[in-house]
Amino acid sequence: MRWNRITTVTAVSAAVALSLVACGGPKATPGGGSSGGSSAKAEFNAAVGKNFNPSDKKGGTLRMAITEQWDSTDPGDTYYGLSWNLVRNYVRPLMTFKAAPGAEGAKPVPDLAEAPGVPSDDAKTWTYKLRKGVKYEDGTPVTSKDVKYAVARSLDKATLPNGPTYFNDFLLDVPKGYSVYKDKSLAGVAKAIETPDDQTIVFHLNKPFASFDYFAQLPSTAPVPQAKDTGAKYKEHPIATGPYKFGTYNPNSGFDLVRNDQYDASTDPDSGRKALPDKITIAYNVEGTDIDNRLLAGDLDVDLAGTGVQPETQAKILADPNLKAHADNVPAPRLNWTVLNSQVPPLDNVHCRKAVLYAADHEGYQRAYGGPIGGDIATNLMPPGVTGAQSFDDYGFLTDKNGNVDKAKDELKQCGQPNGFAINITYRTDRAKEKAVAETLQQSLKRVGINLTTKPYPTGDYTKLYAGKPDFAKANRLGLIVYSWGADWNDGFGFLSQIVDSRVIRDTGGNTNLGIRIPEVDKLIDQAMSTTDEAARNKLWVDVDKKVMEQAAALPGIWAKGLLYRPDTLANVFSNDGQNMYDYAAIGLAQK
Amino acid sequence: MTEPIEEVQDSVQRVARGEAFLDVRDLKVHFPTDDGVVKSVDGISFKLERGKTLGIVGESGSGKSVTSLSIMGLHPPGVARISGEIFLDGQDLVQASREEVRLLRGKRMAMIFQDPLSAMHPFYTVGHQIIEAYRVHNKVSKQVAKKHAIEMLDRVGIPQPDRRVDSYPHQFSGGMRQRAMIAMALSCDPDLLIADEPTTALDVTVQAQILDLIRDLQREFNSAVIIITHDLGVVAELADDIQVMYAGRAAEYGTAEEIFDEPQHPYTWGLLGSMPRIDRERSERLIPIKGTPPSLINVPTGCAFNPRCNYAHLNGGASETDRPELLDTGNGHMVACHLSPQNRQQAWETDIKPKL
Amino acid sequence: MLAYLIRRLIGAVVLLFIVTAVTFSIFFLVPRVGGATADDLASRYVGRSVGKEQIHQTAERLGFTDPLYVQYGRFVKGLVVGTDYNYGPSTEHCPPPCFGYSFLTQTPVWPDLVARIPVTASLAGGAAFIWLVTGVGTGVISALRRGSVLDRSLMSVALAGVSLPIFFTGLLSLSIFSYGLGWTAQGGTNPLDETNPIWWAYDLILPWTTLAFLYAAAYARLTRAGMLETMNEDYVRTARAKGLTERDVVLRHGLRSALTPILTIFGLDLGLLMGGAILTETTFSLPGIGQYAVIALRANDLPKVLGVTLVAAFFIVLANLIVDLLYAVVDPRVRIS
Repeated sequence: MRWNRITTVTAVSAAVALSLVACGGPKATPGGGSSGGSSAKAEFNAAVGKNFNPSDKKGGTLRMAITEQWDSTDPGDTYYGLSWNLVRNYVRPLMTFKAAPGAEGAKPVPDLAEAPGVPSDDAKTWTYKLRKGVKYEDGTPVTSKDVKYAVARSLDKATLPNGPTYFNDFLLDVPKGYSVYKDKSLAGVAKAIETPDDQTIVFHLNKPFASFDYFAQLPSTAPVPQAKDTGAKYKEHPIATGPYKFGTYNPNSGFDLVRNDQYDASTDPDSGRKALPDKITIAYNVEGTDIDNRLLAGDLDVDLAGTGVQPETQAKILADPNLKAHADNVPAPRLNWTVLNSQVPPLDNVHCRKAVLYAADHEGYQRAYGGPIGGDIATNLMPPGVTGAQSFDDYGFLTDKNGNVDKAKDELKQCGQPNGFAINITYRTDRAKEKAVAETLQQSLKRVGINLTTKPYPTGDYTKLYAGKPDFAKANRLGLIVYSWGADWNDGFGFLSQIVDSRVIRDTGGNTNLGIRIPEVDKLIDQAMSTTDEAARNKLWVDVDKKVMEQAAALPGIWAKGLLYRPDTLANVFSNDGQNMYDYAAIGLAQK
Repeated sequence: MTEPIEEVQDSVQRVARGEAFLDVRDLKVHFPTDDGVVKSVDGISFKLERGKTLGIVGESGSGKSVTSLSIMGLHPPGVARISGEIFLDGQDLVQASREEVRLLRGKRMAMIFQDPLSAMHPFYTVGHQIIEAYRVHNKVSKQVAKKHAIEMLDRVGIPQPDRRVDSYPHQFSGGMRQRAMIAMALSCDPDLLIADEPTTALDVTVQAQILDLIRDLQREFNSAVIIITHDLGVVAELADDIQVMYAGRAAEYGTAEEIFDEPQHPYTWGLLGSMPRIDRERSERLIPIKGTPPSLINVPTGCAFNPRCNYAHLNGGASETDRPELLDTGNGHMVACHLSPQNRQQAWETDIKPKL
Repeated sequence: MLAYLIRRLIGAVVLLFIVTAVTFSIFFLVPRVGGATADDLASRYVGRSVGKEQIHQTAERLGFTDPLYVQYGRFVKGLVVGTDYNYGPSTEHCPPPCFGYSFLTQTPVWPDLVARIPVTASLAGGAAFIWLVTGVGTGVISALRRGSVLDRSLMSVALAGVSLPIFFTGLLSLSIFSYGLGWTAQGGTNPLDETNPIWWAYDLILPWTTLAFLYAAAYARLTRAGMLETMNEDYVRTARAKGLTERDVVLRHGLRSALTPILTIFGLDLGLLMGGAILTETTFSLPGIGQYAVIALRANDLPKVLGVTLVAAFFIVLANLIVDLLYAVVDPRVRIS
């Protein structure tokens, strides 16, 4: 799960909502005009999965802002979705998600590499060839050794703690606590990464992994020249290979990206990068309501976080047809769901679990997240935007939107609990929406005699000490665990592996798999990991999804969506299944 | 003795514009409040010439301070309803604009207050405060004003005035502060000086010094002085005339000798009885006046003093119904009392005089 | 006087150390007593889905594995003599006063804080000027016209000012004057980026007035109450008796005394604000100390929290000292000893 902006819904927002309602808010007609590549007419969802106001015209300054600084601008030290989106403007990883609308945007395409990785040794070895002619911002050519160094440095979680740990987990024989800064010759990763020549890089894994191209699109595969590496300070000026390079950087207020004159578009035929603006400015620490107001006033182009406007702004946008025409309800790669902990009796019985699935009020679940704008009712785990995902509705969630009491009672009988049972439901204390979920489930399950007692726990330690710690969850009879999950990237592995594989459950806590233990699922995952044929692999992940649903191990709630605002200042703007927000490698400015 | 024509004309004008240097006629000061009208002063008249001293005596709440503040024009606008006439050297202060009165304040009439510590601004030096008083009415440089301030301090008997001029009020002793206060009041050489309880806050020994100082300065400056006090002892030495006030009205008016030697009003007797005297041997302890001063909103009908008066029963009910007028008993000695001269004479001779 | 100053300064330093120790304890001692391990603490400062091993590495890097007194000692040592920080390929010396390095961004805290002080100072100073002039002015007028319609309406506005929170008045004024009418700058502009003082003021005018409104209201009420009291003092009557103009009586005698307690409050308010006008800076997205405090607290970033606490405490202590010294200047009855 890539990290999202922490949406702090506080009294502030509430007061703001009041004030905005009271005074009518800022001017309703955003400035900018609708000229540009075409005279596109603004309408609701015009940039969801399709290109709105397509343009090739370069120029202008793209103004972005965010409420708080994300983890890092260092490509080897970042885990935020917005960051993985933005980073493609200044560095080039081996592979990248294509800057294209819709499903095409979830496909890793060669970037620094000239072609997708070539597997061998049962998908345990992956070889990439680098493109010729790619240069750093200072004009020196990029070699495969720089990519090796970049991946190697990202293994040092003491110095660069923020990034994902896939390479730590999958690369062959990486020493414990490996740090490239104590191993200048990179002897420690000699077995894991080879660079037979300047254009070739070979990764050796400790287990088969068929979708390695997704690893290769991680920002940490973007080359870093060893001599220029400043460790934890590298984020202040990552050496650019993309169309932009760092201009000014101020840790308190933000930074600028300016054109990188050493970037040669002819070496970049596949990524779909447009690099339309002449300059991109990023402002940190702008208050959330302020961001929304500026977007609406046309004084800001993009809310960098890309997770949607504040709740009060959303209400305002939906109420005004003109504002709504500038909004996009973009699907997030996120499932809001409730895990049924099979370690808590009687949920160890599949029929009791099925009873919960049948009795639940799915529309109520959706309402807890703000209704259809908040997301669609989920009928299974993988959201439709995940590459290869299939939607199926084995329990008839969509036909019985408020639950099917008869079937639930029937399952209870089969479970040997015809009168229902009592169990606890847990959620994160400060998440009002999860609280609302717990309450709607409490009501709907009561209809069949399943009595839920709410037990909220603090968000910070929810997975570490409470719901995510198996013995605690068991001892406290946390049978229903309300949770939310977003994928690192949108394929079956990215979405499912961390939440349904029973082998990732650690007794010490900190789990994201909150109690799904199905041996067949584990077996299917292993199979998928080593299947290099994409279609076959995707089908295996669908099977995982189906197995989990068949076992009623979880109650899917909704596939989340966010409401983004699209000012008239933007051109060539679209969301896709790779970024699930506006694609920052494609976005441009409407030219006047 | 023949009078020149000018003087005759002058005297005609003086009738219209006040006969004496200070001529107060039927002064009334009423304060409307939510509870009713407070009649702090309810018809007071007196005259005062330059070089003379008038003592106004009464308990707290008798209206003596309000009288002095009205003369000074120090009642906030809109708060007090003032009627009657106050002529200062022929100018009616009641009818004069606030600005006109302000220009007179400090220059032609000045005031000394009871507690010099609270009456002086704690944040400014003594010198600064005298300089300020002087420069309001005299267009001089600060240096000149400071020299004048030092002279004034010297004149009121403050040692090392050139150094003390830069001291703050809290650095002075009580007596010194009152001397400084007097210096400030006299800095513009005023024709009228009002001293409101000038010695009440001071030690007995210092009191005498301050009174001596006021008397000396009065001679030197030839100014008219009003001394306001609840203590007959203070005015005994100083005052030429004394007005005894009770509940906003004059109870008795006469020369100092008349008031002390032949007091006519039972209230004056009470005041005398409660006054410690060092010049005579005393037969009994002090005799306080029974009861408390009346509320000025609900002044007792008839004689305001009747609830506290030992002789009210002698008047056949008049004390409770009729307000006694201030009447001349001869030689300008005036008293507002229903007692017949005989009863009064008898009471004084038998009940009061022996006990004083 | 000198001895007094030295004593006060020593007291201030001791106080600041106590403040750091308390802050330190809240962050480390309390969770430890609650049973959290070094790794539990460190798990806040790592990326997602990292393993035990990496968490432990982070715990070691951040020094959580050492006993608490060693950690605190290290912090104090950094303040006094500076510290060395390992960026990976290189080590940087952080000269004293070194407030440490952010657990999250690994940037030194002190330069960030120093860079933010002028923003907060601009905000607090400008607002203070406005609220002092308008607040005291309003209070004086109100006191002199006590009970009048003017007094009542001014005091009603003041009551509103005291009661309405910044994030309400701030956002309201932003949406009216900035987004609606376009008269003023939007939030989020750094006034110190401007070279022309006019633009600096333009950027700040809305935060100034918003913040000043809150304080002016309080000061108006304080001044009014103070004036009502001092205008009844004997020395004000004396001033009138001297024949001073009403203006001089009110300003030089009445107000002069009424201002003295306000000065104390003003100093403390200014000191508090210098430690961060949290709501104002957040509402207007100004990169000042207060915004830094919010960032630090949200992220549980202890070195930043310690730094901002220390800076805030420093300003409060400093303001206290200055107020005490000033008090002696303003009120000659006060002796410093």
